[in-house]
Amino acid sequence: MITVQNITKSFADKQVLKGISTVLETGKVNMVIGTSGSGKTVFMKCLVGLFEPDSGHILYDTTDFTELSIKEKKQIRMKIGMLFQGSALFDSMTVEENVQFPLNMFTNMTAKEKKDRVDFCLERVNLVGAHKKYPGEISGGMMKRVGIARAIVLNPQYLFCDEPNSGLDPQTSLLIDKLIEEITTEFNITTIMNTHDMNSVIGINGKVVFLHQGLKAWEGSNKDVLHNDNQLLNDFIFASEFLKEIRREAANNRLGL
Amino acid sequence: MNILEHFGRYMVMLKDLFTRPDNKYMYGKEIFRQMNNIGVGSLLIVGIISLFVGAVTAIQFAYQLDTSFLPPYILGFIIRDSVIIELAPTLSGLLLAGKVGSNLSSELGTMRISEQIDALEIMGVNSRNYLLGPKIWAAVLIVPPLIIIAAFLGVSGGYLAAVNTGISPAMYEKGLMYMFKSYNVFIMMVKSTVFAFLVASIACYQGYFVKGGAIEIGKASTRAVVLGSIFIILFDYFITLLLT
Repeated sequence: MITVQNITKSFADKQVLKGISTVLETGKVNMVIGTSGSGKTVFMKCLVGLFEPDSGHILYDTTDFTELSIKEKKQIRMKIGMLFQGSALFDSMTVEENVQFPLNMFTNMTAKEKKDRVDFCLERVNLVGAHKKYPGEISGGMMKRVGIARAIVLNPQYLFCDEPNSGLDPQTSLLIDKLIEEITTEFNITTIMNTHDMNSVIGINGKVVFLHQGLKAWEGSNKDVLHNDNQLLNDFIFASEFLKEIRREAANNRLGL
Repeated sequence: MNILEHFGRYMVMLKDLFTRPDNKYMYGKEIFRQMNNIGVGSLLIVGIISLFVGAVTAIQFAYQLDTSFLPPYILGFIIRDSVIIELAPTLSGLLLAGKVGSNLSSELGTMRISEQIDALEIMGVNSRNYLLGPKIWAAVLIVPPLIIIAAFLGVSGGYLAAVNTGISPAMYEKGLMYMFKSYNVFIMMVKSTVFAFLVASIACYQGYFVKGGAIEIGKASTRAVVLGSIFIILFDYFITLLLT
């Protein structure tokens, strides 16, 4: 569980996060949604320590991450896996080497143990036969899956996914969403996912935190997203005609029309 | 950022070269990979240029010696010392500032904007130590031997050109042996080590701290080459002043 207490972050004279508090729950996908520029990425980067918040606290279970030294932060970071928007795979390494990299860096496993673990993770993300390929030789969806495999290879307690569906077709997006959801429940991980993909918000069972202009404007379960009375959230969610139609149908069903 | 802030950040970056690697085996492996990239990857171009620079210098001096009373074997002496003290380290240094400098800075810049450096940090890897250390140490280790090869090829190029201008091989060899001071080789080694460090560290600094996109990577790459070249010439002057 990650507890966020009133964090703020500014760049020069622009305040991006204006005091956000929330609890990100274990064994669930916690989706952070909001328009572009609402502070989602900065929020996530503060959580993982790539940005230092100006004020506030971030508690990983009971440990205050903001109070830790660099060395102590490293211990927490080893429990974190992250899937980046662009996958952030190392270009000079093959798929296999990318997934194996954290094992090489931080474990004393034998070559056989490492190979088994890499095979397991790649199989888990349904990626077989791509071991020897370089990131430049595989598709965007495969890159995301390699990114997930690399993120889970050290058995993380926390999984961060920054817009995992960006640049993917709807079908592949659904597969990635399903994979993230399955991994979260299977390994009982605290997953935090930034997204503007409404299919993900509706399709993944989990918690939703809606950010608007650096503030938390709404939070609740994904089931409540479609039936809320928050105007800002509704403006964001029902921006598309397709979703407006779904809401109309849902309302009509409730009224028995 | 002003110059002092850049200098401060550069020094802080260098400090991380001396911290303990997260994994010594991976660090060592990366040093060898970079030595291969920097050294073996530059061998052909450094070799060709050194060979021809030696040859052109020989033809130029042979032409000037024609109208002087100096003995012909002095050509070997002139080529040897100018190649060892100046041409091999400085020309190779400038060449490496272009080839290796732009390569390192654009590689790191791309890693920065494609979030590969962030990925390392989140894994708990000290990215400065792991990414920059092997590149800089590899340059410092591989460039001096590369410059020894460059010097050898420069002198050989001079020999081939001198023989073609009518100077006998024996005369050239006599000049090569004439008043040889091993101290000059020491100067060459000092220069090549310092130039290697400058080229790699400036390129790493420019690439690692890139912000933005493709245009900034291009700019950082250009800055790495320009600053690397300027600092090579500056340090060439000071080292020569100090050691001769």
